[in-house]
This record gives sequence, structure tokens and C-alpha cells, in this order.
Amino acid sequence: MDFGGINPVILIASLMVAAVPIMLAALGELVVEKAGVLNLGVEGMMIVGAICGFITAVNTGSPVLGFLGGAVGGAALSLVFAFLTQVLLANQVATGLALTLFGLGLASLMGQGYNGIKPPHTLSVPMGPLADIPVLGPILFDHDWMVYMSIALVAVVWWVLKATRLGLIIRAVGESHDAAHALGYKVNRIRLGCIAFGGAMAGLGGAYISLVRVPQWVDGITAGAGWIALAIVVFASWRPWRVLIGAYLFGGITVLQLNLQAAGSAIPVEYLSMSPYLITILVLVIMSSGRGRAALNAPASLGQNFHAAR
Amino acid sequence: MLRRTLMTTAALGLGLALSGGAALAAGMDHVKACFVYVGPIGDGGWTYQHHQGALAVQEAYGDKVEVQWQESVPEGADAERVLTQMALGGCNIIFTTSFGYMDATNAVAAKFPDVKFEHAAGFMRNSENVSTYNARFYEGRAVEGLIAGRMTKSNKIGYIASFPIPEVVMGINSYFLNAKRVNPDVQLTVVWAYTWFDPAKEADAAKALIDQGVDVIASHTDSTAPLAEAAKANGAVIGFGQASDMAEYAPSPRVSSVIDNWGPYYVKRVGELLDGSYAQVDAWEGIKGGEVGIGEITDAVPAEVKTEAEKLRDDIAAGTYHPFTGPINKQDGSAWLAEGQTAPDGDLLGMNFYVEGITGDIPK
Repeated sequence: MDFGGINPVILIASLMVAAVPIMLAALGELVVEKAGVLNLGVEGMMIVGAICGFITAVNTGSPVLGFLGGAVGGAALSLVFAFLTQVLLANQVATGLALTLFGLGLASLMGQGYNGIKPPHTLSVPMGPLADIPVLGPILFDHDWMVYMSIALVAVVWWVLKATRLGLIIRAVGESHDAAHALGYKVNRIRLGCIAFGGAMAGLGGAYISLVRVPQWVDGITAGAGWIALAIVVFASWRPWRVLIGAYLFGGITVLQLNLQAAGSAIPVEYLSMSPYLITILVLVIMSSGRGRAALNAPASLGQNFHAAR
Repeated sequence: MLRRTLMTTAALGLGLALSGGAALAAGMDHVKACFVYVGPIGDGGWTYQHHQGALAVQEAYGDKVEVQWQESVPEGADAERVLTQMALGGCNIIFTTSFGYMDATNAVAAKFPDVKFEHAAGFMRNSENVSTYNARFYEGRAVEGLIAGRMTKSNKIGYIASFPIPEVVMGINSYFLNAKRVNPDVQLTVVWAYTWFDPAKEADAAKALIDQGVDVIASHTDSTAPLAEAAKANGAVIGFGQASDMAEYAPSPRVSSVIDNWGPYYVKRVGELLDGSYAQVDAWEGIKGGEVGIGEITDAVPAEVKTEAEKLRDDIAAGTYHPFTGPINKQDGSAWLAEGQTAPDGDLLGMNFYVEGITGDIPK
């Protein structure tokens, strides 16, 4: 079962873990952008989520509360963005970038004194004999519960956006906020809710990095994962299941790249490192060729602020 | 009246400037020492240790020095901007603590001849006010290699490398040679992470190595993530503290460490600036000079291996053993060092080849 010296079963199992943070953050950002808001502060919300989750987990000794703390931290920071863009109508791009810078600094400040501490261990879901099944066992039944939860969340977001009244309202606000307003929906309040959800998801993703993947706190721990999450949303053309594919692809290439090296493959590192971004460009070119913005599936009001008096 | 005041002020200013210049040659009353860091102080590794050195300077001279630093300065154009600001802001001596600051350091130094620049791990000294300093980390790698060769059960040892520069290649070769010396069957797997600091990627790299059956991991990246990943293997995988002691992972997986100790050098250089004996240098000290420290070898290592490793450390310090002692061939089989010959510093500082026995290529 070896392919170029790499066991594909172990590879798939580890890429599923590697993809969780970017998948959660991308999923949150997808909902935010579906509501017509472009929040470029994902990186900042992730790292604040990472430190909030870490502090909570260390002080309570419970990873579950840690993840909850991460989500609350990310959501709290996103409310700063929501206040600035939805109430004060500040420019979304500039505010989002500022949020990232602010988040990185805030996390560094909060993390003082938390270096070198080990967080409580997040347990694998006990699947009993299922985990011993060859091939399927390590891939499907031998992960911590956040891996399963991240996949479940993709399904939930997909279902809510596609099949519920709430999803319809969110999409209406994102496609045409004037029309949604004319129908009587509170555009800014709905967007505020979506932004908070996006923040919570980014915080959850950040907490996964500091509690499971690296398990420790160091400054700058997210190291650009938030930007990759933003790229995945575009790559996925705003569709939840494609976010899952995109996250596995991006997470997978990193893991594959390192595994190939460890296995002594002759493929140069640089090509593998750049391949996810090449694929993103390729996908964007293919998707946008010919049929215009509609084919890209981008929400029509993306990045535009709404003021009812207009 | 006004003109006279003006003239007096100008004369006074001139006099001050002259006496200031004279004071520089004879020593200074007050030095502002500035540090540029590539990562955050809280990285627990490379930058943390440089900052400890900066704090040692403050402690040694108290009121006579003012210490200023800037964290997470990207290598490249940003570094040049930061250095210019520091030079304009009255810094007398600026320590640039990463290899990637080499061009920026030399470019800014040429514009500010009165400010002293000290570049870590570099080799370029284009103007007289640029000194370079480094530590012989390969001596520490030799001790790690010996422990790795003795401790591995799978005979597969790993190395998480950062960038393909001589400093890193030197470490890989020293680690491998000294592992092979005690265990001829040992195989080395190198993973290039292409980063100095990315905890998630470092953890992934460690995981990839462990998945391949590697059970001793050395790393040349700055965070504690590889040790955290090794800790998940419940004692089956060991590693080393890098740059900092990383004692929170002792006794296992962290069985020892290579500690960068910059304090003595920083204190010495700032002191020389204060008393006027400062001159351009190319400093390269090792275990002997105290720049490279070997962290406590824990009880996870059998006593006889510990004794052997400590003897190697002491032999290197005493100068009776050099980690690169011939006969050593290059990877392609051509001869590098003859029997009994030790590596000249020039070869080490420009090292761009693996020694015989290491598989894979150095990325170009």
C-alpha cells in the first residue's frame, strides 16, 4: 500500500487533521461573504481565538471549554469589525486588514506568560474496534472530535444556506441588500449576526491550532492560515462542500510536500509549495472564463455597505 | 544681539559635536544599543535567546546603556526601513539577529558610518562599521548526533531544516557524521520546511518524519512545535531543544538541547564601545567561548550514553576533538578531508554539499 514511499492511509489521515483550522475559518468566512460582507480580518480573529482558547483550556483544564473560549474570543473581535462597518459604515477592506493587525498584537499581549505551557489533551473519539479496520480505520475512525465536528459543520452550513428560510434571508441580503431591505429585513442586523458567526468559526479554527495541532502557545502561531482560508472561499466559489475539498487540497499539499521529502522523493519542494496557489489561479481562470461574475457565484453585494436612508 | 546668540549657539553646537567625536574614540558615557529580531520574543527559541542577551546588556551596564528592540521584522525591504529608523533615532550600535538581514545591514551601514552594526550569522562586512558574529552551532549538533546515533532503535534519524544556507547544511552534516561515528547503520532523513518559524508546519514536518519511522528528531526551526509533536508518541520519539533549552519538554521527548547564549558577546561588544576599544570583528565562538551551551542531558538517556556525550562536549571545548575530522568524503564520493585533517573555517562557512552517506539533494 505504499506510493512513492508514502503510506496513503497515513497521508489522508494527517491531511484531514491539517485541514481543520483552515476549513473552519473558511466556512465562517463563506457565510459572512454570503451575507455580502468581506471581512479580511480572518487571520486576526483566528489568532485571538487561538490564544483565548488556549487560556481557557489551560485555566479550566477542559479542551471543550477551550474551544468554546476560542469561539467566543473570535466572535468578540469580529464584533469590533461589525460595529465599524455596519454601524459606522467604515470601508470593509481597510477595516478587515486593520482587524488582522490588531488581532495579531492583541493575541501577543494576551499570550504573555503563556509560553511553554502544555494545554490539556484533546481526546480522540473512542470508536473501539472500528479504528482497527485496515485502511478505513485510521482515515475515518481515529480522530479527535473536532475533525468530525468540522465536517458536520460543513453539512450544517450547506443545509442552512440551501434549504432553510434563514439561509434564504442571508443570501437575499448578500445578493441585493436594497431588495432585502424593501422586504422588511434588517440588513445590518442580519449581517452583524453573520459576522459574529464568522468570527466564532475563525476562533474555533485558531483554537484547534493552539490546542491540537501544535499544542502550545507561541506568538504568531497561525502563520498566515487566515489568508489561506480567504483564498479557499474564492476557490470554493462560495459553496460549502467545495470549501471542504479546498481545505483538504490546501492542507493536503502541505502535508504531502513534507511527506514526500521525508520519503526521499526527487520532486523539488518549491513546485509542491506553490501548487495550491497555482491551482487556485487556474480554478479562478476557468470559472470566470466566458460566463462572467454570475458563473463565479460571488454574492452581488459583496463588500458594499448598506445604509437604509439611501 | 540675536545674531550673537545665534553665533554662540552655533559655536557651542560645534564644540559639542567636536567633543562628541573625540569621546567616541576614547569611549562613550552612554550607549544606545538596538536589536532587530526576526520573530516574536515569545517564540521560545532563537529570538527569545537574543532578547535574553539584550537584557543581559541592560543588567551589566544599568544606566549607562539604553536598550531598544523591534520584534518580527521581515527580512527584506522592511528591515532596511527599520534599520534606518533606528540609526536616525540615535542608536550607537545595532544588532541584526538573522542571516536574512545581511544585505539590509550592509546597505544601511554604508549610509551611517558613525553607527556600529553587528550582523548575526552573516559573512558580509562591506564597510568598516559592520562586524559579524556567529556561534559554532555545529559543535552542539555533534553532541546531538552522538545521542541520536546511540538512541535510535529504527536507525532512522531526522532533521527539520529551514533554508538551504551553509549554516544549516553544516548542522546537518555534523549531526549525521557524529551519529554515524557511533552507529554505522544510521540513516538520515532531512525535511526542508522553508521557514524559520511556522509552528503548524514544523509540527507537520515532525509528524511526516515520525510516520516514516524516524525516532530521533533534531530541528533547525525556532519553535517548540516539533517537540510537542514528538511528545504525542509517548516516549517512542525523542528530540532536542533548539536555540533555547525548552526544558518544559524534559525529560522526554527533549533529552538535551543546544542553547544559544548571546549574552557574553553582547555585553562584551557594548562594553568595548563604552571604553573605546571597539573594533571590527568576525567573531565565531563555540562551546569553549560559552556561546553554544549544551542543555542538561536527561535521564531518558542511559547513563553510559550521557557520559559519552558529556565527554564529547568537553573534548570539543578543550579543542582535542573537531566535529569535522577526516577522512570525510562529499556526497558524490569525492574526497574532502584527508585522514586526521580538520575542516578549515572557510569550507564550513561556505558549505553547500552533503557528506557521504546522506541521501537526497540540497534544494537549490
